[in-house]
Parts: sequence; structure tokens; C-alpha cells
Amino acid sequence: MSLQINLEYKEKQILIVRLSGELDHHTADDVREQVSTAIEKNKIRYVLMNLEDLHFMDSSGLGVILGRYKQLKQVDGEMIVCSVSPAVERLFKMSGLFKIIRFVQSENEALQRLGVA
Amino acid sequence: MKNEMHLKFRALSQNESFARVTVASFIAQLDPTMDELTEIKTVVSEAVTNAIIHGYESDSDGYVYITVRLDGSTVELEVRDEGIGIQNIEKAKQPLYTTKPELERSGMGFTIMENFMDEMIIESRPNEGTVVRLKKKLSNAKAVYN
Repeated sequence: MSLQINLEYKEKQILIVRLSGELDHHTADDVREQVSTAIEKNKIRYVLMNLEDLHFMDSSGLGVILGRYKQLKQVDGEMIVCSVSPAVERLFKMSGLFKIIRFVQSENEALQRLGVA
Repeated sequence: MKNEMHLKFRALSQNESFARVTVASFIAQLDPTMDELTEIKTVVSEAVTNAIIHGYESDSDGYVYITVRLDGSTVELEVRDEGIGIQNIEKAKQPLYTTKPELERSGMGFTIMENFMDEMIIESRPNEGTVVRLKKKLSNAKAVYN
């Protein structure tokens, strides 16, 4: 049981991060490492996090997503999260992250909002 | 009918998924709903992560102890460490409060535990350790028969 991280670079400084598996304290370090390096190296301003295949997440996931949100804010960027399961949505609501991060239904909808679909 | 199990493992982050999956499969005999199972797995993950990061400050020499008791349709979960203890329990329970922001902790652990369970009691002594006792009554659980 672990986590797979798939990164796809799009035009207009967009990075798509697809997470599948389980996001906890153990696997959050990998996400932080890979995504924050990708943002820095490629001058990314928009991150789209697709959580469609994420089967488990705890507060460590909230921490790492909030961390990337803050990182993007510093470069005047934005984070969009899509395809969230009801269980994960509860955690986002409980923490108040639902109010500051943009949530959409699908990857396509997110790309449309960013003007690349 | 009552049932009980004990688990002891090293304070390694690799064991977080082991702990939540093991507790969930023990509780499965009460026939919980998928939501209840997810809640309990999340709570185990939070408590074990706290023990590793805060109790032992990521020193894997320590051990984490879990006890699960089933009594009728009630699940009692106990997660214990022999770490440094919590200085201020009331502060630690506040949403978004964390002593380790540099590790990108969200400060939501105890809030999630309180929300997903019916009861939460925290006992902690400096340099002796912490025990978190959690209780949850399952909605349509079958009682455990012989």
C-alpha cells in the first residue's frame, strides 16, 4: 500500500499532479519533495491536483497540500484540486481549506478555467 | 460479547498504513459501514502519526502500542507511546495548532479524532508518554457472537 505520483507539465506554467493510493505522513514527504522541486525548477504557477484515485488521506495530506498552496502564493500562482472523494472532502471542510483552495469536479473543468482545454 | 487485540510496533512511518489496515480488519467483524471504517482508519493514522512525530520526535527506537476492544457495538481504541509527552493538551487539541509547522503539519489531528469518534480522552506525562483513548458506537453493528 503506497502512493503513486504522476506529474504532467502543461503549457502556461501548469503542472498536473495525479495522486493514486494512500496519502499519509509516510507518503506525504515524497509528494512535498517531488512537487515543490517541480514547481521551483520549471517556474510553475498553477498546480492542478487530481485526487480521483486517492483511496486514503489523513491530516498529513492536508498539510502537504496547504504547503504547496502557500508555495504557489509566493509566486502569485494558484492551486486547483479536483475529483475529491466524499471522505477526503470532509477533511478539507473540517480544516477550512475548502474556503481558500479552488475545488472543481474534473481535470477538464480545471483546465478550462485555466484556459488551456 | 467482548473481543480484544493488542499491537506493538516500532515508531516508523512505514507502520502507519499497517496499523490502520490491521485495526480496520479487526473491526470488520462488527460489520461497520464503509464510512465508519474510513473514519476509524483515519483516526488510527492520526494517533499513530502523532506518536511517531511528536511523542518520539521521529526517533524510531520507540514503540507504539495499540489496543482495540469491542464491546457489543462499541469500539474502544487506545494508542499509546512512551515518548516526551504533550506539554499543553488544551492547546494541542485546538484546530490548526501545531508545534511542528516546519514539517508542514496541519494541526488537524486531534480535531479529526474528536470529530470522527464519540469520545476522546488524552492522558500525557512529560517524558513518560501519551495515551489517547477513543470510543465509537457503530450505527448498525452486529454484536459479536461466539
